[in-house]
Amino acid sequence: MLNLKIERGPAPLWLRPLIPVIAVVVTFALVSVLILWAGASPFDAVYQLLINPLTRTSARADILMMATPILLTGVAVAVAFVCGYYNIGAEGQLYAGAIFAAWVGVNAEGLPPVVAIGLMLIAGFLAGMLWALLPALLKSWLSVDEVVTTLLLNSVMLFIVSALLNGPWRDPVSGWPQSPTIALNAQFPVIIARSRVHLGFIVAVVVALAVWWMLARTRFGLELRAIGKNREAAQFLGIPVRRRVLAAALISGGIAGLAGVGEVGGIHYYLIGSLSPGFGYTGIIVATLGALTMPGVMLSALFLALINRGAISANRELDVPVYLSDVIQAALLLVTLAVLLLNRYRIRWGR
Amino acid sequence: MPPIIEMRGITKRFGALTANDGIDFSIEPGEIHALLGENGAGKSTLMKILYGLYQPDAGEIRINGQPVRLTSPAEAIVSGIGFVSQHFALVPKFTVAENVVLGHEGSRTLHPTAMSTTVMETAASLRLLIDVNAIVGRLSVGEQQRVEILKALYRDCKVLIMDEPTAVLAPGDIAALFDILRVLQGRGMSVIIITHKLDEVFAISQRVTVLRLGKVVGEVRTQDSTPAALAQMMVGRQTVTVARNTDHRRQDAVKLDVRDLRLTDKRGGLRLRGLSLEVRGGEIVGVAGVAGNGQSELVSVLTGMAAPDSGSVTVGGAPLPFRDPKAVSRLKVARIPEDRLKGVIGDLSVQDNLMLESVEDFTRMGHLDRARIRANAEALIRAFQIKAAPTDLARTLSGGNIQKIILARSLGHAPEVVIAAQPTRGLDIGATEYVHQKLLEQKERGAAILLISEDLEEILLLSDRILVIYEGRIAGTFAAQDAQIDQIGALMTGAHPHA
Ligand SMILES: Nc1ncnc2c1ncn2[C@@H]1O[C@H](COP(=O)(O)OP(=O)(O)OP(=O)(O)O)[C@@H](O)[C@H]1O
Ligand SMILES: [Mg+2]
Repeated sequence: MLNLKIERGPAPLWLRPLIPVIAVVVTFALVSVLILWAGASPFDAVYQLLINPLTRTSARADILMMATPILLTGVAVAVAFVCGYYNIGAEGQLYAGAIFAAWVGVNAEGLPPVVAIGLMLIAGFLAGMLWALLPALLKSWLSVDEVVTTLLLNSVMLFIVSALLNGPWRDPVSGWPQSPTIALNAQFPVIIARSRVHLGFIVAVVVALAVWWMLARTRFGLELRAIGKNREAAQFLGIPVRRRVLAAALISGGIAGLAGVGEVGGIHYYLIGSLSPGFGYTGIIVATLGALTMPGVMLSALFLALINRGAISANRELDVPVYLSDVIQAALLLVTLAVLLLNRYRIRWGR
Repeated sequence: MPPIIEMRGITKRFGALTANDGIDFSIEPGEIHALLGENGAGKSTLMKILYGLYQPDAGEIRINGQPVRLTSPAEAIVSGIGFVSQHFALVPKFTVAENVVLGHEGSRTLHPTAMSTTVMETAASLRLLIDVNAIVGRLSVGEQQRVEILKALYRDCKVLIMDEPTAVLAPGDIAALFDILRVLQGRGMSVIIITHKLDEVFAISQRVTVLRLGKVVGEVRTQDSTPAALAQMMVGRQTVTVARNTDHRRQDAVKLDVRDLRLTDKRGGLRLRGLSLEVRGGEIVGVAGVAGNGQSELVSVLTGMAAPDSGSVTVGGAPLPFRDPKAVSRLKVARIPEDRLKGVIGDLSVQDNLMLESVEDFTRMGHLDRARIRANAEALIRAFQIKAAPTDLARTLSGGNIQKIILARSLGHAPEVVIAAQPTRGLDIGATEYVHQKLLEQKERGAAILLISEDLEEILLLSDRILVIYEGRIAGTFAAQDAQIDQIGALMTGAHPHA
């Protein structure tokens, strides 16, 4: 009789690159139950989700547009996670960035576009940092658990946004709870003709590459990795652990803030309460799927954007709910975590 | 009777490296079997295979003549094999009893009192002195080791593997451990003990297997062999001569001055009670003592990891800042911590570990200078004979080679003061010898060396002056020439020799 044995020990080398693939396959196997339930064929759904968007130019551009915010939040989360600081607050930091960017944008009348957009990016980065500051300080001074504080501040931020939009910033023209539109010269240029891919995509890629370089090639990055791997030894080696973690937390917040800038400056041109459908949380999935490495984060951001875009096609063609993509993403996260765990074991067939 | 354990033709490769190469190894019931070999010879690997932690690439294992496949520790435990590893696997926040029972609870519900009673009984039956309700994280290394032994026995093991158990023990604890092992042997159990100390091999074992470069080079009855013969088998050549400190006359200025340190631990216990000492340039001062008398705390303060309640430390006249490891290493204090895992980051490469302490020297405007990092690593690897490539992850190295990373990093850069805590713990004869030479070289250079060791022999061999630490202060000082072992021993246990 054959049975399955699981034993400890690293997975064989050939298996490691296959891990994301396995995660994806398992996820789709699981999700196909739901698709059947929604009355569609899983094969058609997989085609719509993963293949169809790649066949059309406009859909391919949409993927880049959709990848923009989650690439930024993914990088933000990864920077913090690498040194063992669990920043769950990218969502709030994103909105902080969006608020400042909208404010700068609205008041940017008459500035040259380069200056206006530059100021928005700087303001958004600073705002994200600022919103990340309190939990980071609490962590480094009093060892208050950052998971709790950053998460709670997300809700606080939503209240702030809603207070702003229903109070001083309510659009004077329409009366909707949305901010005034930013000046024309502050709106991000589109970088691919006849698409909505905007400057923010380039910003995101540049940030990801910069972080890649930072983690691999700079003293700061090496120290962050050292702290994440063995905090006590890092301390012994003279690395100022608290200061470095504080810095990483702030950088993480700043990058998340940039995601908010991109959404205001490149997509909506004003601030609204539904600016982000949870990009901050998706960032956690992106960072985890990408194993906290920058190439991985870039790939997984693109992949999740593909699923998001595919869900729209699937909805149109097969009438399955668009929420399918949320379910897939959540399932993918769980499966990936499980597979990463299994990565530390070997599976053997034996008697 | 067939051997209780028989390993045949065991081969294990890690990438290009063959850690075990066709090893035959067997254990008789009721014997204590020593496993000997240089650092990286493959001893731990072989034992991890026997415990189901690694799968061999070739070879078979028989238990009581029956072929078995051990694919997990759980299976090894069921087969009656227990393993006390070089690095303990205990939950620091649990009590001794909880740690012992963990994973072997027996029933779904736990009765705390019943649990501690049964564990206490197991301990008592073996004359293991231990408080079963103590929190493990607060125990000394020696006590934690007893918890590990207890854990194995509680699971009813027939063969107990001990990977370098004596490396972490004070002499008195070693004797106690050997007593425990003899009790186990009296009950028909077998013990496999890995050690680098030949006198221990002769004190406790009946048979010895010697490994070199992954192969068995000899298997002898202990009584038929001699230390010299074993040493030669191990290194494959005539053994090195023993380096010894003979020049005690040198009188340089005081380089390390420790004044009246007092330190209370988190539980409010007084760990250092007005400890003072000084070390001159060109001098090796040995601190002898039973573990737990303040050595760890002293080392923590001197290495920049802890701050005392009061007292001062100066290095070459400059005050040593507390709790600032960077500042300490900038004062050219070389630090060899007693726990390797606190000095090396296992998930980073060897080359990164070799430069992190002085990372600013390898950085140009925040940017890491790869070429210099690699060159530094290659030079240190060569100078200190570390068996590794610069890009290997540190945690894949053998215990002794991990220790060499620390030595290379700290002694490689012309220190003024050396704080050496258990510097040869876990090192093989050749490497120990090598470390002793390096420390003597530092003395020649004029560095001030504070040697904290639980190995009294090492202290006698190297020191110009010997201090005995007892209950957080220096209880006595001896010049090397007129050090009396029995007097030192008496002071270590708190007796007053002059009273
Ligand atoms: N998981 C691993 N991955 C890669 N190489 C390994 C791994 N474990 C051990 N090795 C290598 O195998 C060789 C044998 O290591 P092992 O730990 O068995 O030595 P050892 O005889 O126990 O040495 P020591 O006396 O220093 O503890 C070493 O060269 C080590 O670097
Ligand atoms: Mg070993």
